[in-house]
Amino acid sequence: MTKDNSQKINLANSKNWQMPNTLPIADEITAINAQLLLTPVTAVENIVDDIPSFWLAKDQLSALMQVLRHELDKPFDFCFDITAIDETERNHKGINVIDFTVSYHLRSYERNQDIRIKIALTAKDKHLNSVCAFWANANWYEREIWDMFGIVFDNHPYLTRILMPHTWQGHPLLKTHPARATEMEPFTLPTYQQDIEQQALQFEPEKWGMKRQDKDNDFMFLNLGPNHPSVHGAFRIVLQMDGEEIVDCVPDIGYHHRGAEKMGERQSWHSYIPYTDRIDYLGGVMNNFPYVMAVEKLAGITVPDRAKVIRIMTSEMFRILSHLLFYGTFAQDIGALSPIFYMFIDREKLFAIIEAFTGARMHPSWFRIGGIASDLPKGWDKLVRDFVEYLPARLDIYEKMVMQNSLIKLRSVDVGAYTASEAIEWGVTGPGLRATGYSWDLRKQRPYSGYDQFDFEIPTGNKGDCYDRCRVRVDEMRESIRIIKQCLENMPEGPVKAEHPQTTPPDKSRTMVDIDTLIPHFVNVSWGPVIPAGEVTMAVEATKGIMAYHLISDGNTMSYRTRIRTPSFAHLQMLPLLSRGQMVADLIATLGSVDYVMADVDR
Amino acid sequence: MLEVIWKLIEMTIIIALLIPIAAMLVWVERRMIGIWQDRLGPNRVGPFGILQSMADLLKVLGKEDWIPPFSDKVVFVLAPVIAAVTVLMSFAVVPFTPTIGVSDLNIGLLFFLAMTSLAVYGVVLAGWASNSKYALLGGMRAAAQTVSYEVFMGLSVMGVVLLTGSFNLREIVLAQQDGWLIQTQFLGFFVFLIAGIAESHRLPFDLPEAETELTAGFHTEYSGLKFALFFLGEYLSVTLISTMSVTLFFGGWLMPEPLASWLPPLVWFILKVAFFVMFFILLRTSLPRPRFDQLLSFGWLVMLPLALFNLLATAALRLAGII
Repeated sequence: MTKDNSQKINLANSKNWQMPNTLPIADEITAINAQLLLTPVTAVENIVDDIPSFWLAKDQLSALMQVLRHELDKPFDFCFDITAIDETERNHKGINVIDFTVSYHLRSYERNQDIRIKIALTAKDKHLNSVCAFWANANWYEREIWDMFGIVFDNHPYLTRILMPHTWQGHPLLKTHPARATEMEPFTLPTYQQDIEQQALQFEPEKWGMKRQDKDNDFMFLNLGPNHPSVHGAFRIVLQMDGEEIVDCVPDIGYHHRGAEKMGERQSWHSYIPYTDRIDYLGGVMNNFPYVMAVEKLAGITVPDRAKVIRIMTSEMFRILSHLLFYGTFAQDIGALSPIFYMFIDREKLFAIIEAFTGARMHPSWFRIGGIASDLPKGWDKLVRDFVEYLPARLDIYEKMVMQNSLIKLRSVDVGAYTASEAIEWGVTGPGLRATGYSWDLRKQRPYSGYDQFDFEIPTGNKGDCYDRCRVRVDEMRESIRIIKQCLENMPEGPVKAEHPQTTPPDKSRTMVDIDTLIPHFVNVSWGPVIPAGEVTMAVEATKGIMAYHLISDGNTMSYRTRIRTPSFAHLQMLPLLSRGQMVADLIATLGSVDYVMADVDR
Repeated sequence: MLEVIWKLIEMTIIIALLIPIAAMLVWVERRMIGIWQDRLGPNRVGPFGILQSMADLLKVLGKEDWIPPFSDKVVFVLAPVIAAVTVLMSFAVVPFTPTIGVSDLNIGLLFFLAMTSLAVYGVVLAGWASNSKYALLGGMRAAAQTVSYEVFMGLSVMGVVLLTGSFNLREIVLAQQDGWLIQTQFLGFFVFLIAGIAESHRLPFDLPEAETELTAGFHTEYSGLKFALFFLGEYLSVTLISTMSVTLFFGGWLMPEPLASWLPPLVWFILKVAFFVMFFILLRTSLPRPRFDQLLSFGWLVMLPLALFNLLATAALRLAGII
């Protein structure tokens, strides 16, 4: 590792990754199907990320998706996100915008290129063709849009509510739906309503798309969750079983839904940061990262180098924290009781460092628009150095205790395996994708915040089974230690917050000197910054996969639409595929190895 | 008459000691596991937390004695009693010292095997009577696991019977005066120990109650005193398997000279048993659990051949007069 230390990191050399767009994608598409009318987005919409974005008439959707998914050379094989926007109260409307917009964010791994397709819908005709046939993971995204906006996807196999309870009335992300309790009637639960709610809890397999028996067997239905020791949060899986073998399963999410996206529309750009911490609650500042990057991109703020390196360092610390917890709970799910306790001691040491930096432990909310909240404390380097020298020896012990344990291997090798193409089809990102041998890490493929200047490897597995998913994470921790060491040796001097009026809180040093600083400072602190109208998607390689914030600003103190694309949401959707034919015990090992956080799924 | 009264007193004393010992074991285990896992474990109630089990007992006694309305009530109540009583019964044939021991049954070993076989009813009936799916799965696992491992347990001790020519446990101990049976019966001991762990369903063979899979398995619906009886049964059976290992393979109270004269036989016996109990506890902290089908195939494909081989080899060597 001494090699790393000698290497000088200089973020001045760092370049932000640019999406390759040499051959305009629109030409490529129309060359295949000349009837497709792709209208580029207008300047009013001000899309500041470099993703090529187009408007499309809704009746052409299936034809375009056919081209994108199957007919293009190097097709768009990965459905990154599908979301909708209620445009009814938007001031800065582009010419194509009507009442609702459905936005498809697709990615081609081979091209390393994204594309954004937007469909405008009127409030009277909220119907659109489903794209489930093209991407398997579109299923849940479309259900979520129906749930949140009431947009109907025709030909969808199972269009029901996904996050809200089935008895819920209305669609919460509509602008007409109140965002504050004070805007609503007081909550009551009269007896008749209670009866309806109780009725709705009755389990009927047919409603879940499951059969009670086939010609040989009567199936048993096991309700795993929402409270079960191994579902890691409030998560329910309905299992259709033949003895102990799982015939089919239906994951049921939404128990942890807190309306984080809706809150984004009611919080100032600055005061939303603590909410992001609680999306993947094991990721800490990692959650702040894509959010502040997105706001900075919209506002045109350049973050100083020292802040960038500190951001990387603390994010990698949280990667270790999250992976250590995964490591321990994975072993515990298989029945090894002890590793988790040893790992908690390591986490405790690391949390002490985080606490020294930020004053908080799991949810520091420490990143700020334009930088970070405070500079590193005196003597920070000793704390970090001690830890990075301490952890590798502990990882060696765990290697023997967990990874080389033959019982753990017996339980996890070849269990819950999927191939790279299945992973892409289902939208798996992060360690779950790399465990299949497909080396795709946002930090390497699309470096952000100066990651291109760091020297680290991307660990991969080859089988894509539970064991490999654990293996990849364990190796990632060692790479994170490498990155932290490089941060330690090459920490640049300088400010930790950009000099820009829209940083939060803005620089105060000259407020008592001239009135032109005092007024913007006063306004930006009391109202919060007004971020220029525009649209952006920013993603990071978070602990569990790719986490992205899609922000739309309407030139206001609050976001017009905050869309959070989380990795765990996609991962859980894959569960039925993984669990068919497994024993219950295998399912528990698989659940452990997927490493999801329910807050990350439900938001 | 006096003899009968004396026997009754002896039985009462043994039971009166065994139950607190099992309760203490809960504390010993939690504290030991705590120390092994770099934590403290329960250390607040009394000196070193030694009264933790008392506190637990008081709490359990204070709990509502709840019987789920959907359960089969009679069987539901009966199951924990079976689980605890069958294990307690087994202690009747254990020779603790040259003079202490409830009964010198001449089929002592068979009685022990019979009682462990009966103990499975407690678990299976609990799983069945709870009328809950998790409990049922746990009970099902327990039935399959215990019934298979019983076979190997029975076979593994046959070597001992061959060598000592007796089913009477006291005679088996006495036959080890010239050397403990572990010298020749190490394979038998290995199979016996593993089968014993499986019979007492402790980690790594705790599949009937695997909490990460089946929440609490067969005792999911149990609480209060009835749960405590299962708990007691489990710790008693840890003690029982340790006791039997010592009796059958490690010379019971016997120790070679000069060690034997240092401490009374009873103390040696307790020390040996404590050693195995600790081994059980350590095992729990260090191993994950296999899957249900893996456990069964391990039993039938590895343990059964081993046990049979041990029996044949012992018989052959015995016939040849080598041992």
